[in-house]
Amino acid sequence: MSGLTRRTASELADALAAGETTSVEITQAHLDRIDEVDGPVHAFLQVDTEGALEAARDADRRRAEGSPASPLDGIPIAVKDVLATKGLVTTCGSRILEGWVPPYDATVVERLRKAGLPILGKTNMDEFAMGSSTEHSAYGPTHNPWDLDRIPGGSGGGSAAAVAAFEAPVAIGTDTGGSIRQPGAVTGTVGVKPTYGGVSRYGLVALANSLDQAGPVTRTVLDAALLHEVIGGHDPRDSTSIDQPLPPLVQAAREGASGDLTGVRIGVVKELTGEGYQAGVQARFDEAVDVMVKAGADVVEVSCPTFVHALATYYLILPAEASSNLAKFDAMRYGLRVWPEGPEWSERAPSAEDVMRATRDRGFGDEVKRRIILGTYALSSGYYDAYYGQAQKVRTLVSRDFAAAFEQADVLVSPTAPTTAFKIGEKVDDPLAMYLNDLATIPANLSGVPGISVPSGLAEEDGLPTGVQVLAPAMADDRVYRVGAALETLLVDRWGGPLLDRAPQLKGVSA
Amino acid sequence: MPDISREEVRHLADLARIDLSDAELDHLAPQLAVILDSVASIADVVDAQDVPPTSHALPLVNVFRDDVVRPGLTAEEALSGAPEVDQQRFSVPRILGEEA
Repeated sequence: MSGLTRRTASELADALAAGETTSVEITQAHLDRIDEVDGPVHAFLQVDTEGALEAARDADRRRAEGSPASPLDGIPIAVKDVLATKGLVTTCGSRILEGWVPPYDATVVERLRKAGLPILGKTNMDEFAMGSSTEHSAYGPTHNPWDLDRIPGGSGGGSAAAVAAFEAPVAIGTDTGGSIRQPGAVTGTVGVKPTYGGVSRYGLVALANSLDQAGPVTRTVLDAALLHEVIGGHDPRDSTSIDQPLPPLVQAAREGASGDLTGVRIGVVKELTGEGYQAGVQARFDEAVDVMVKAGADVVEVSCPTFVHALATYYLILPAEASSNLAKFDAMRYGLRVWPEGPEWSERAPSAEDVMRATRDRGFGDEVKRRIILGTYALSSGYYDAYYGQAQKVRTLVSRDFAAAFEQADVLVSPTAPTTAFKIGEKVDDPLAMYLNDLATIPANLSGVPGISVPSGLAEEDGLPTGVQVLAPAMADDRVYRVGAALETLLVDRWGGPLLDRAPQLKGVSA
Repeated sequence: MPDISREEVRHLADLARIDLSDAELDHLAPQLAVILDSVASIADVVDAQDVPPTSHALPLVNVFRDDVVRPGLTAEEALSGAPEVDQQRFSVPRILGEEA
């Protein structure tokens, strides 16, 4: 039944509805696939074989009784390790949470369970979602299925790689500055960052509260819409959750799949193209814009002058929020506790504060330490106005730029990431080079608007995947699905099949 | 914009309750100086002077729920991840000075 892992979630759902297969068969096929390829890929930190199969049996029972819990009942899923899963180890890619078993489910996870999606396991990530390559995981990097020597993007590299390597039909990621969209671009998969507040953050271990948003990681735009409708919508347990119904996303994706873009106004953001973007990435982007024009779209160039300051703004606001959030890892109530060692401790017993310092030194990796220290600096008296205060003002200007641009265009487009996947190890100790990966994705987080990354082809110079990003105004998530689906249809027609068909076969995999 | 010294990094790490070894300070301090230098450009955005700050993407204020009892974690669940438990409580290292 290895053919089951090649199908999309929507195709699998149709097969389940037609009685051609069972959730147990589908789930087992993906568990087998994980067994076969996850050694070299390392997308998963935990695999929950028993739990997944039990949920699959429940799904088959509901199906047999004629009462499936949702359109995706019985479709297995992988979940980024930053979401709390009751009874299943959740580490956020950090030593400080090694072995932590949450006593509750995140709302997203609760909704997945209620909708009947068996959870295959938890996916690898940069520690506390800080990074763009998944190399900052305390448990070793994830490898890009297109080239195992390269990064799968980050921070959600595990979820993107799992989907790209056919280890899971769909996955959940989280996006604070591009952690869903950039891994999507460099692995040839689809990733959606919903409108801020569109998906509950309850049980999502916070990196930066005002920026974090969970969303779908899939191989097709339709699958993303199906998953988004399962996890999205108001949650009273998240005070920043939007108390309004989601727009019709699946319908928008189905409409977009016709490939018709007549009358749609598409804005190319001047500041998010050209300099700093790899030639092959830019070429695939220009091609995608041409394809949309031929499909009837009106293309205009828009300028968002403040976007050139978005990266600096983000790297002040994010560390400030992160340093405050991560203060809860104090070695007292959960997680790692390390007693300081050395001759000085034979004289006196360590205090709680001494234990806290030793624990946080041992438990956090370099990138987390860098950002905590940077955030502490930005928030300290004397620097607060110059750094954090100023960044908050520039954030307002970024939103004003978006508002002006959306008066001229229904959606905005840009390359998702400035480059294709780079080699593992290449940028791990050069924080600034790493931060530049999020150049194009960060403005959406600062302003809270939704965005999708859709595969745009392979860069000529290295044969690696590139992505196009489509952004829409807040609460207009349906537009990213409509335009994303249209672009997907147009490009897949041009290629004669999905981009992932051209990914190399992984070792040990029978055809 | 001020440069950041090794001593400042040591002080900030102390404020953030992280023990940094000398080797870690040697490694992290120059990297932090480079990052700070790159974000310093934000001061040049003069248009921002009279702009109201944004702390949050949504214009939400004071989201309340009804003040009614709702189910929460049991004591056992709340303590399930604790490094050390004593008599149904979190057990922690001493919190006062030794002379106390």
